[in-house]
Amino acid sequence: MTPRHRALLAGAVSALLIAVAVGYVVVAGHRGPGPAAAGPVVDAGPGDRILFRSTAPGSYGRVGVVDRSSARTVSGVDCDRVYGAGGTVICLRPDGPLATYQLAVLDARLAVRDTYPLVGVPNRARVSPSGHVLAWTVFVTGDSYNGGRFSTRVGMLDTVTGQTVDTLEDFTVTRDGRRYRAADLNFWGVTFADDDHFYATMSTAGRRYLVAGDVAARTVRTLADNVECPSLSPDHRRIAFKAAIGGDPARGWRLSVLDLATMTRIPLAETRSVDDQAAWSGDGTVLYALRRGTRAADVWSVPADGTGTPAILIPDAESPAALRG
Amino acid sequence: VYLASVDRPAAGRTRTGGRIAANVLALGTVSLVTDVSSEMVSAILPLYLVVGLRLGPAVYGLVDGVYTGATALLRLVGGYVADRVRRRKLIAGLGYGMSAVAKAGLLAAGTSVPALAAVIVADRAGKGLRTAPRDALITLSTPPGRLGRAFGVHRAMDSAGAFAGPLVAVAVLAASGQAFDAVFVVSGCVAAIGVLVLILFVRDHRSPAPAAARVGPRAAAGLLRHGGVRMLLLGATLLGLATIGDGFVYLLLSRRADLATGWFPLLAVGTSLAYLVLAVPLGALADRIGRPKVFLGGYAALLTVYLLLGTAWGGLPALVTVLILYGVFYAATDGVLMALAGPLLPAELRTTGLALIQTGQALAYLVSSVLFGLAWQWWNVTGAIRAAAVAAALTLTVSAVVLLRRAPAEDAR
Repeated sequence: MTPRHRALLAGAVSALLIAVAVGYVVVAGHRGPGPAAAGPVVDAGPGDRILFRSTAPGSYGRVGVVDRSSARTVSGVDCDRVYGAGGTVICLRPDGPLATYQLAVLDARLAVRDTYPLVGVPNRARVSPSGHVLAWTVFVTGDSYNGGRFSTRVGMLDTVTGQTVDTLEDFTVTRDGRRYRAADLNFWGVTFADDDHFYATMSTAGRRYLVAGDVAARTVRTLADNVECPSLSPDHRRIAFKAAIGGDPARGWRLSVLDLATMTRIPLAETRSVDDQAAWSGDGTVLYALRRGTRAADVWSVPADGTGTPAILIPDAESPAALRG
Repeated sequence: VYLASVDRPAAGRTRTGGRIAANVLALGTVSLVTDVSSEMVSAILPLYLVVGLRLGPAVYGLVDGVYTGATALLRLVGGYVADRVRRRKLIAGLGYGMSAVAKAGLLAAGTSVPALAAVIVADRAGKGLRTAPRDALITLSTPPGRLGRAFGVHRAMDSAGAFAGPLVAVAVLAASGQAFDAVFVVSGCVAAIGVLVLILFVRDHRSPAPAAARVGPRAAAGLLRHGGVRMLLLGATLLGLATIGDGFVYLLLSRRADLATGWFPLLAVGTSLAYLVLAVPLGALADRIGRPKVFLGGYAALLTVYLLLGTAWGGLPALVTVLILYGVFYAATDGVLMALAGPLLPAELRTTGLALIQTGQALAYLVSSVLFGLAWQWWNVTGAIRAAAVAAALTLTVSAVVLLRRAPAEDAR
């Protein structure tokens, strides 16, 4: 082949590959649910309802509620992760077309009260029962200290006082009764007891702990090992969580419940691996999302005492939050 | 755009004056295009796993932390096989091809965590496989006296690609309404262009077959008996022990400068920019004043970075100074080490030798980054960085004695 032929061949094949790439981008751009319409008014205030994020093809990414009769109302609001309590809804969503995110504080009618830019990729979101304090988890990229380990940050915002917590890593950590310092601390998955007290997951040195935290005192202390993504029951007596099977996340997770008084653990009837922060529907039922393919998911429910069988509660949905009265 | 720039010198085929060999420019183009492709994916992979697939933190760590150890071994085996069959281009091509196919694998893996981990391992294995044969081809295409600058040009092109990749990924996400699969498809197409450029424009150096005994396990092991090679391996590995890793440096820097977390990713961008600009001049300087001096100077820059991080000096001037010095460290060490090693290694075992030195450095770095993490846990940030500075000063002194002893011989060349 002469250099001229070689250049022609390279040019032609490259042009073809670039055409394929551009064509795919254009097609992918026309696949979404269409522009956000002014959807029906959704009541996300306290009541016997469940807030969720839809993964149905026609309303992908929109926030909706179902009531006791399973009637489904989907709004025109898009969120990647959503949670609500006490008349406040937290919505983590893309900020403009670029790969940046924002935290939107919504009221009970899903109208935006405030937005804040987020640094990192949003993963978990919670609201304290009063609706005053918000907590969220993001992955921070470019912040992996050691051979590609991941890094997460938990932030908090008190919507009444305006006080913020930039990252739980700045809190004083007590592990097994002793002061603990480490560079590899990671926190995720906050669940609130009240505006000042919370539980979360802390990982360090390859282990994952359940920690109890105090916002005013800026402290956290470890309570138990191998507890991830805790979710406190409405009566504050139990925690639903995902337990890494054999302590090894590579083998998946068993959805379980921990009794805080006796520290005993009960595996729930769901035997499939659940990688989600569960939510409580009353004191007897745990809700969680299970993925179905790369985009779709369903919200399932299972009794919190280890009995019964899991059942689909809301098809084509994820990010459930029971809006208690 | 890049193809045109390669074609002209490739057609010329003559190596006159200060010209960079056509083969080096072709390899630089392959690296540039491939880095656009791979950095596109690296930039959005966390986003895809967390937002797209909803993987929790622990799974993300699992997928993300797949081992450097396995790829280090593959790098050695790849280097040896490339020498044994005398087909460096083929092995490098396999490495580039493996990473290109891995882009399609990301789509096929769906939500299966083991499949995702396997695809990411394949991608990194491809990178491990191609590095040593590619660097060996650069040394075989360039007169020994110009190696520093040739590697400077190659590394500058390489980091230009790494610089552009994330920008392309963001543009694709914006144009496709946040479609991750579109990023993977574009990345796969770009990677295929890289392989195409390699096949069409990179020339293999197939020297006449040496006696079979000269490229066997014994001969490869014999590299270690060669005084110069052993000293270089020792020096490079010792200095590898002095590196604590980008993550720690940026983390310390952001604390020192009291930087808002949003600026964090820009620290890496600042370093890349300094590396990009300085790679060619420092490579040329290494050719003029001696490569060991520039290589050691790079580690002196790293030592200065640690010392600055250990003081209370903060604010923007400190930030800019540290980033420039850190860029100097990369520009003065990465390519220069290969330029230093190339002429010491017999041509028929060059890929094996380069792979050996790269692996020694990579494993030393793995050890030091773990030790630094532990030091941080035992003492505190200041204690750990001061320990790193002491370790860097010690290894720099020993390496200077080891490496500069060889310097007169090399300068006389």
